[in-house]
Amino acid sequence: MLEINKLSVKYDNIRVLHYISMQIRKGEMVALIGANGAGKTTVLKTISGLLKADSGEILFEGKDITKMSSHNIVASGIVHVPEGRQIFTKMTIEENLKLGAYLQRDKSVMKRNFEKVFSLFPILKQRLHQQAGTLSGGEQQMLAIGRALLGNPKLLLLDEPSMGLSPIMTQQVFSVLESLKKEGITMLLVEQNAYEALEISDRAYILETGNITLEGRSSDLIQDPNVKKAYLGGD
Amino acid sequence: MDGFIYFLIQSVNGLKLGSVYAIVAVGYSMVYGILRLINFAHGDIMTVGVYTILVLMTAFGVPLWVTVLLSVVIAIVVGLAAERIAYRPLRTAGEEATLISSLAVSIFLQNLIMMVFSPQRKAFHLPEYLSRLHTIGFIKLSTMNIITFAAVFIILIVLSLVIKKTRIGMAMRACSDNLNASKLMGININAVIVTAFAIGSGLAALSGLMLAGEYKTIDPLMGFVPGLKAFCAAVLGGIGSLSGAVLGGFILGIAEMLFAGLMPTDFTAYRDAFVFVLLILVLLVRPYGILGSKEGGRS
Repeated sequence: MLEINKLSVKYDNIRVLHYISMQIRKGEMVALIGANGAGKTTVLKTISGLLKADSGEILFEGKDITKMSSHNIVASGIVHVPEGRQIFTKMTIEENLKLGAYLQRDKSVMKRNFEKVFSLFPILKQRLHQQAGTLSGGEQQMLAIGRALLGNPKLLLLDEPSMGLSPIMTQQVFSVLESLKKEGITMLLVEQNAYEALEISDRAYILETGNITLEGRSSDLIQDPNVKKAYLGGD
Repeated sequence: MDGFIYFLIQSVNGLKLGSVYAIVAVGYSMVYGILRLINFAHGDIMTVGVYTILVLMTAFGVPLWVTVLLSVVIAIVVGLAAERIAYRPLRTAGEEATLISSLAVSIFLQNLIMMVFSPQRKAFHLPEYLSRLHTIGFIKLSTMNIITFAAVFIILIVLSLVIKKTRIGMAMRACSDNLNASKLMGININAVIVTAFAIGSGLAALSGLMLAGEYKTIDPLMGFVPGLKAFCAAVLGGIGSLSGAVLGGFILGIAEMLFAGLMPTDFTAYRDAFVFVLLILVLLVRPYGILGSKEGGRS
């Protein structure tokens, strides 16, 4: 579904991604794991067109999206839940969700998606007319995910959805991801919370200072001594 | 009693001036809300509109409403050209870069107008039916003044409805709230920015007509100071907030006319300075402006 070939990205003149290659198959949940500053967010931002690749290519459903602008990438079915949630704090919950469905012209699809989001996150329905900035961190994360689902994603990019959340909230977010996975939504999950990410995902890539150093089935990686040592805080 | 009547008359004059500031400030605030761009050329777009009207009226004898329409179109074209040529390439370069670039556009437009039309002041006469005076009690208003008040009122209502209720309006609010997140919603932010510039430039042209009709002379630099004051009005009201821009416009207009009218003649030359001092004083007490929020949000 998504194929990244020898992708290189520079900030000013410093290369932060060194010709990385990745694949995501339809229906798969792939985790991208790495330390702070490894370039995980850069990968997602480049896929969604917020950053431009220096070289290499990104193919989505066989189509080259490397040079496409963000709004066209969203239109092709890739929806990005950015780091730090980035909700529209001065707008209402309802407006935030409607913005998620900005490109959705089919009212019946939109209605169905709204209902799906409300069943996943009942709290959002109760607070429809509240300003989004007044939500707690966990609720904002739910809004960010809900907003993304209204974009009817074929591929969902999730950047640190558990960041800054309490353990209970983190569990809630992961259980939502679990149910999205069961629905068959293809996902690329960036996480610092490596253990949870490996538990929930099918496959994973390990990113170290802009290079992919390891890839494989998540169930294998979770047993890998090097991964354990570096990311799972274990022996 | 005479003093009170004088006060009233000056207040009405202030309302006239304030409505011009309000209209310009709304455009200013819209663009600022999205791009955080202080567009110094905004007032000069107004000048471009006024000169367009003058040329079409005097040289070609086109009816006024046609010239107004054309001046709005030309102002929009110039505004969009400035956005495309001078601001968009610098969008990732930081706010200072675009601010300096907008000063360059301002100087360019002023000099272009001087080259084409000469730096001399020119008389600007509205058709008789518009400059005819109506006396209401002690207050004299021209037909143009009445049309202006009505126009300001209608424009502001239409604009706030567009911003609150329409798809493009929601996209504009989203962009001013969080530009990057807006991209991720599938909003074509260039289209939104172009819309904001188009509305701002069109409104600037209209306000130019109001101003020129009031002062009856025009010159190539006429837009710059009102542009600055409109910026002050937008900041005073709370930049990014449309209702704030309107409120700020009226406050500045009335304050300026009261100062000019009530101070001894020796001081009236300082009316521009007074406006800027007023801005500073308000910002000392309310750094985000009267209706502004901390992040410069639109309300």
